[in-house]
Amino acid sequence: MPRQARLLMAVALGAGSGSLLRYLSSLAALALFGSGFAWGTLFVNVVGSFLIGLYSTLTEPDGRIMAGPILRQGVLTGFCGGFTTFSVFSLETFLFLQAHAFGLAALNVAASVILWLVAVWIGYRIGVRLNRLKGS
Amino acid sequence: MTFFLLTCVLVFLGGAIGGLGRFYVSGLVARRFGETFPWGTLTVNVIGCAVIGIFAALFFDPASEGPSDLPLWALFVTGGLGSFTTVSSFALQTLALARAGEPLDAVLNIAVSLAACLLAAASGFGGAYALLGS
Repeated sequence: MPRQARLLMAVALGAGSGSLLRYLSSLAALALFGSGFAWGTLFVNVVGSFLIGLYSTLTEPDGRIMAGPILRQGVLTGFCGGFTTFSVFSLETFLFLQAHAFGLAALNVAASVILWLVAVWIGYRIGVRLNRLKGS
Repeated sequence: MTFFLLTCVLVFLGGAIGGLGRFYVSGLVARRFGETFPWGTLTVNVIGCAVIGIFAALFFDPASEGPSDLPLWALFVTGGLGSFTTVSSFALQTLALARAGEPLDAVLNIAVSLAACLLAAASGFGGAYALLGS
């Protein structure tokens, strides 16, 4: 298979499985915590942000894990991209606003943004630590 | 059970296509406008939010707090639009801006992404609702 086709295949498979896992996570969150708050979306976006911070750092040129560009794109662009979602987050926030649940809408935005960024930063820091263990 | 499996297949298919769409569009925008600011991710997120607003106006039933057509929603919304947009790239690129000594760009990326995406979702919903009166 040509290189470009393998790259697209990796992105498609990663995004498809990330999306399926996101769907299953939202079902689990709904069963566990009910529909009062957007727990499922918050969970996938925080976990996905952590994962992209960690894996992108571990697979940097001088990182601990050797991953070719196709595998790397499959995990980062494909899986992490498909697992997380900005559109569902926006829709859920909008539906809170529409239902006049202004507190929940504000809480969803504030908690989401803070936790996404903290998660990607923690993933990055752990990756840096693990990279340093190499060789020495 | 078969209905659940069908839904899973539709989410996977929609997600695969949405991810390819994101890869293509964000790459196209990044090549056109440069990669110093994450225009590509911002573009796919704003487009995806506008379209999900339209879908919600047409196929989301507020009474049941769920979609009126589950297979359609699974393919286009949960799978397709869910995967077309991304939080992980947004978070990683915001961190990269902060690490590159561009804290103002990082804050700008957060503020613009949130404002534009929420506005896009509301406009998509409001526009579709006004036009088609669902």
